[in-house]
Amino acid sequence: MLVLITYDVQTSSPDGARRLRRVAKVCQNYGQRVQHSVFECIVDAAQLTKLKLELMELIDHEKDSLRIYRLGNKYRNKVEHIGAKPALDLEGTLIF
Amino acid sequence: MRKLLNTLYVTQPDAYLSLDGDNIVLLKDQQALGRLPLHNLESIITFGYTGASPALMGYCAERNISITFLTASGRFLARVIGQSRGNVTLRKAQYRISDQERESALIARNFIIGKIYNHKWMLERMTRDYPLRVDVERFKSISHQLDEYLYEARSCENLETLRGLEGQAAWHYYQVFDDMILQQKESFTFHGRSRRPPRDHVNAMLSFAYILLTHDMAAALESVGLDAYVGFLHRDRPGRVSLALDMIEELRGIYADRFVLSLINRKEVTPNGFYQKENGAVLMTDETRKLFLKAWQAKKQEMITHPFLGEKIPWGLVPYVQALLLARYLRGDLDEYPPFLWK
Repeated sequence: MLVLITYDVQTSSPDGARRLRRVAKVCQNYGQRVQHSVFECIVDAAQLTKLKLELMELIDHEKDSLRIYRLGNKYRNKVEHIGAKPALDLEGTLIF
Repeated sequence: MRKLLNTLYVTQPDAYLSLDGDNIVLLKDQQALGRLPLHNLESIITFGYTGASPALMGYCAERNISITFLTASGRFLARVIGQSRGNVTLRKAQYRISDQERESALIARNFIIGKIYNHKWMLERMTRDYPLRVDVERFKSISHQLDEYLYEARSCENLETLRGLEGQAAWHYYQVFDDMILQQKESFTFHGRSRRPPRDHVNAMLSFAYILLTHDMAAALESVGLDAYVGFLHRDRPGRVSLALDMIEELRGIYADRFVLSLINRKEVTPNGFYQKENGAVLMTDETRKLFLKAWQAKKQEMITHPFLGEKIPWGLVPYVQALLLARYLRGDLDEYPPFLWK
């Protein structure tokens, strides 16, 4: 299924900046960055649980927020892209 | 059933593949060309020479993502496999059988039966779908001939005889192969198989399709714990994936040949998409190859009902399922290896 992950990490302290980098890194391991703090990941239920646990360990629950949108398997008609930086269709034909 | 994951094709010869976290990053002149998470991938096929980092190869080997390197023209160069893991007992059973003539023949004959059966039904299907465009009588007579070979193969326990039967059946099948090309006849004709190098458009595409199929098959065999290099019908030769070649016999016709025929008959490829080298080799242009790979990926996503399992699976998982069935036979869970019989 396609899962959309967005986050807000408070970066006013150096500690926050480090959290931000780490959250981005974890998200990138599972999916592709479509906008600055928005990631699209194609994962199964087990992978999603793992990803969620990894992120929950990282963030500061007092200051940061994390939103996860499950778009299911039939996500193609639910997502539309307009403008620059079109995302890669990870389940389409991949030729570079 | 296992999920069919995607295949990444890298056709730019100057792209270098590297690993970053769980991502594969394609680099070109130190610039990232693309980046994607590896858990979405089943295999990676690259054309050209630049290469991949050992870290990436190690990562992929560990997670059963196969990497195959082909030359820019599509000839096989190398394949990355990791430490042999999986089931030792299963592999030992495979080696024991491959050393025994009769035991090997019992499996090999099912590959051949599958192949002849599938070829026969390709011909029958042509007479049914295009009775006015093909020479029905000729097709029928060859189909009957194939029936006889099928009958003979059924009780054959000798590898040499089997190879003979296979050769004869293939000869008959190729007699009418050209008749199955219904469109663009003037530029796509088939005068028999030629390989290393392929000498016409049709052979160029057939060779390429067989390479892709062999890659998928070898990867599937290794993912169920079998050794792709130890075959039953094909003799062992260093560097040859004999078992993968054995296993694709039954799929060549219905998977690869039909795919190539439909590309021609639906006019998706045109004669302009090929060029000839000085030595007579006919090759696809980059454009055509991309189109070919795109269609191949689409074919892999098409759903079918597996004739033996009765389960709905995408075409792309057929090699995997057949590898699984072979493993079950070697373990003694099945009385016979069930070939993929497709009507």
